[in-house]
Amino acid sequence: MKHFTYERASDRTEAITQVAANPQAKFIAGGTNFMDMWKEGVETPERLIDIRKFPGEIALTDDGTLRIDASTTNSQVAYHPQVRDRYPVLSEAILAGASPQLRNMATTGGNLMQRNRCSYFHDVSYPCNKRQPNSGCPAIEGINRMHAIFGTSDRCIAAHPSDMCVALAALGAIVQTRKPDGKSRRIAFENFHLLPGDTPHIETALEHGELIEAVEIPPLPWAKRSHYLKVRDRHSYAYALVSAAVALEISGDKIVNARVAMGGVGTKPWRSPEAENALIGAKNNEESFIAAASAALEGAKPYQYNAFKIELAQSTLVQALLTVSRE
Amino acid sequence: MVNEMTSTQDRTNIQAKTGKNIDRVDGRLKVTGEACYSAEFPLEGIAHGYIIQSTIAKGTIEAIDTSQAEQLPGVLAILTHQNAPKLNSLKTKNFGGGYPGENFLPLQDNQVHFDGQHIGIVVAETYEQARLAASSIEITYDEAEPMFDLDRALKESERYDPGERLQPSWGDIEGGLQQAAVTIEETYTTPLEHHNPMETSATTAEWHDDELTVYDSTQWVMGTRGMIARGLGLPEEKVRVISHFVGGGFGCKGLFWTHPLLVAIAARKVNRPVRLMLTRQQMFSSCGHRPRTVQRITLGADNEGKLTAIRHHTDTETSFVGDHAEPCGNITKMLYACPNVEIKHQIARINAGTPTPMRGPGETSGTYALEAALDELAVKAGIDPMEFRIINHADRHPQSDKPWSSKHLIECYRRAADAFGWQNRDPRPGSMREGDDLIGWGMATATYPGYRFPTAAKAQILANGKVIVSSATHDIGTGTYTIMTQIAADTLGLPIERVKFELGDSKLPMASVSGGSSTAASVSPAVRSACEAACFKLIEMAIGDRESPLHGYQAEEITTEAGLIFVKESPEIGETYEAVLQRHNLPLVEAEISPQDKGSRYKSIAARTKPGIVEDEGGADEFAIHSFGAHFVEVRINPRRNQVKVSRVVGAFDVGRILNQKTARSQIYGGTIFGIGMALMEETLLDPHSGRVIIHNLADYHVPIQADIPEMETIFVEYPDYHLNPLGARGIGEIATAGIAAAVANAVYHATGKRVRDLPITPDKLL
Repeated sequence: MKHFTYERASDRTEAITQVAANPQAKFIAGGTNFMDMWKEGVETPERLIDIRKFPGEIALTDDGTLRIDASTTNSQVAYHPQVRDRYPVLSEAILAGASPQLRNMATTGGNLMQRNRCSYFHDVSYPCNKRQPNSGCPAIEGINRMHAIFGTSDRCIAAHPSDMCVALAALGAIVQTRKPDGKSRRIAFENFHLLPGDTPHIETALEHGELIEAVEIPPLPWAKRSHYLKVRDRHSYAYALVSAAVALEISGDKIVNARVAMGGVGTKPWRSPEAENALIGAKNNEESFIAAASAALEGAKPYQYNAFKIELAQSTLVQALLTVSRE
Repeated sequence: MVNEMTSTQDRTNIQAKTGKNIDRVDGRLKVTGEACYSAEFPLEGIAHGYIIQSTIAKGTIEAIDTSQAEQLPGVLAILTHQNAPKLNSLKTKNFGGGYPGENFLPLQDNQVHFDGQHIGIVVAETYEQARLAASSIEITYDEAEPMFDLDRALKESERYDPGERLQPSWGDIEGGLQQAAVTIEETYTTPLEHHNPMETSATTAEWHDDELTVYDSTQWVMGTRGMIARGLGLPEEKVRVISHFVGGGFGCKGLFWTHPLLVAIAARKVNRPVRLMLTRQQMFSSCGHRPRTVQRITLGADNEGKLTAIRHHTDTETSFVGDHAEPCGNITKMLYACPNVEIKHQIARINAGTPTPMRGPGETSGTYALEAALDELAVKAGIDPMEFRIINHADRHPQSDKPWSSKHLIECYRRAADAFGWQNRDPRPGSMREGDDLIGWGMATATYPGYRFPTAAKAQILANGKVIVSSATHDIGTGTYTIMTQIAADTLGLPIERVKFELGDSKLPMASVSGGSSTAASVSPAVRSACEAACFKLIEMAIGDRESPLHGYQAEEITTEAGLIFVKESPEIGETYEAVLQRHNLPLVEAEISPQDKGSRYKSIAARTKPGIVEDEGGADEFAIHSFGAHFVEVRINPRRNQVKVSRVVGAFDVGRILNQKTARSQIYGGTIFGIGMALMEETLLDPHSGRVIIHNLADYHVPIQADIPEMETIFVEYPDYHLNPLGARGIGEIATAGIAAAVANAVYHATGKRVRDLPITPDKLL
């Protein structure tokens, strides 16, 4: 509970300038994830720059891209008619996460910056390579039931916690940012979150002071047929054991296009080109889904308490694909 | 005058309230935030405490460096074993004076017995300052290897011997198994679980010279008073404990945990009132938990399904500084008729905080294993699980052979089964489906003992017509304020609005712990007797008063109703309570029932005026007193998601007379939800290397939320049990938690064909 100074920035330029000027400064929007970590002593910023009140819009651009401002709330996105109509998987993913109160506060940009739920990360009395590089990772041989089976390293095995990001990964979203030098850049979703590797403390491609301005979702007409399915220890307000975000384009009895991403299994939102390739051109039936699910989980590396995720992720994927295939 | 007072309007008002759906009398205070909980008393000059906890499970504190923390803004004091005053041992054989959760006094030496042990307290001007300072204290440990693995502890660690009471056996168990046509032997495990009340434990302490007032979120104000007095070496009358509202306890606020002592010594040190509210994380190592159990059950039944043998062996754990032992086998002594029974408990000491009663201690874990095993045996015997239980119904207490005070379990089975539609069940596992979902129906028996503890109460009838009744009991969310108001109002025939019930203050007439589902049964007779006694005093004043219309009558001829005392045979002859008091220039008349006064002539008033109430309390010792019930559960499981959804719950309960339908139902709902949590999601994990509690917040420790809980149907069979108390009520706080986990597990088996014998039944276990 380290003290910090707080200021509400009047516009994006000011916010970026303020944060860029102090290596211990951070942006804060909904604060739903941050406040817990601040109380736990996991986050210890000197200065917080509030960007929550920036205007947030959800709008279709001329080429059919849906542009979602970073400061829109999770609830606004989930219930937006364009999102519900064009990208049901995104709406469902958001509504599968947190609680209504949290979704009313949490923002799109903040959700992208959500940090993991590893119990060791959240307890400062343990070592953790994310908090203190090279201090060690007790999760690898500890309680790792909730941890990742893809993208892990010998430094960190924490699973990425977001539901929304799994849908964005499946949809191939673009994260549009502005850097301290004023330049804008567009980051492909798969490049936004980083694998832990040797540097688990570096979680995203953002520079210090770089601000997420919007998330863009490319036009994907067949994503109308999409679905998010989450399996968890209780029926709401629990992180995913595993989850699946899927979209299918079906022509006759063939699958002509497919998107598959999984949550709860990767150290980042885990898109599966292997499953997509297995589906594209395959018949629209359970057998194809089982084969795709099998391809999706190939190469998974389980730990002592999370080996169940392989089978559970497969069956969840099959169920999600069956659900969209019937639509 | 009498005729005026007994107009139709008043007659309507004074319809008996007991048993009715009366709204909580404190409901408005709670929903408007006016109810003052223990961390909310606005005291002048209050300072804030924060507990420092050990971050190892075993070892020695080599050094605590508080120098940096002491320099931080707002810090007033830091107490550790290096500078804390000496506290006195809490060990006691006198349960009535309070009982410690563990035999451990904080800050007395440098030894660490478990993770999260309280090793210091910081006091600062604000909570945030105290917390920041606590995080700035440098502690060096000499860490020792902790013992926490249950298997290993049973082999290598010290044992706790609970004595003969937990190791009963009778008949010939081997012979019984040999006679059996079908047998099963299975092992059932339950994890470490935490109570997680919404209100974390809180204490506010304020000294006035040598007198101490403590606002504490306790289920036992008299016990907390006794323990604080003992720990600090004060006479009990110098300590006052107040607990007006408790935001749930479930057992973790019943026995005494030592943080109030730390707040008291901190308040004395800084010479200001000090408030402490434990954080959610701290609740996972500060006030007990339900310990892990490994229960091996062997059952045998003959060709007709009659049990020939029950063996129930429990392995469980306690701490090195306490002696709570989860008595899983207790229910096995009494639940089914069986000539050959063997019950054993082995308890190993581990480096963890001490376990403590948690909603149905023993009953909840024990019924899970026994009722799941019984389901397995019924399936093996090819007998419907409910019929199997009826075949083995215990007509008398199987161990003591005493008759039951009042038992209607078979009616519970039948009525709940009818309401549920049990007769439509296809017994084959996996046979019932809807869409993709497998449907499973399971049932189990619930039971809990009927307890009644010594209780005193005081009633005051005021000259303004109001009545104040009081007892040092508690409302831990159960509805005590409401039902005691109802009982007092009924005894005196008054509308609810004219009665106020006060509780939660050690200055009031003594009451026992609000634990063991005892409060309703213990306090209600005292409340009624006190009201009758006060009324009787009025009657005596009136009949001895020449100016009273009742002058010259015998007390036995007088009765009361609607705030009037009048001649029973000639109701027009009488007067109001107020009239008697005003004529005597008295502000009030009061009477106090001491816990020894089991009954007296006062009670005859109620007996005469309220038909159906039996006067004699009977000899409870001649009877075995238990509540019973039956749970029926439907689950739905998508076989690819493997997430269990409880879609229907029907329960029928034999819990004596219901004092308030609404609060009673709330207790059954809450108890059922508590058990669904146990069945499907609750589990506290220890780090396999350090032995430390690694799950310690409500994001990771899952308790059921709305989406997990279906509509519930609750049936009360309502047979008053006058052997427990003259109101016929038995407690209902815990019974619904017993058995429900087995009913869910049995339903999961029926849906999937899989027996998960290791709670909680999370999706990974159904693969």
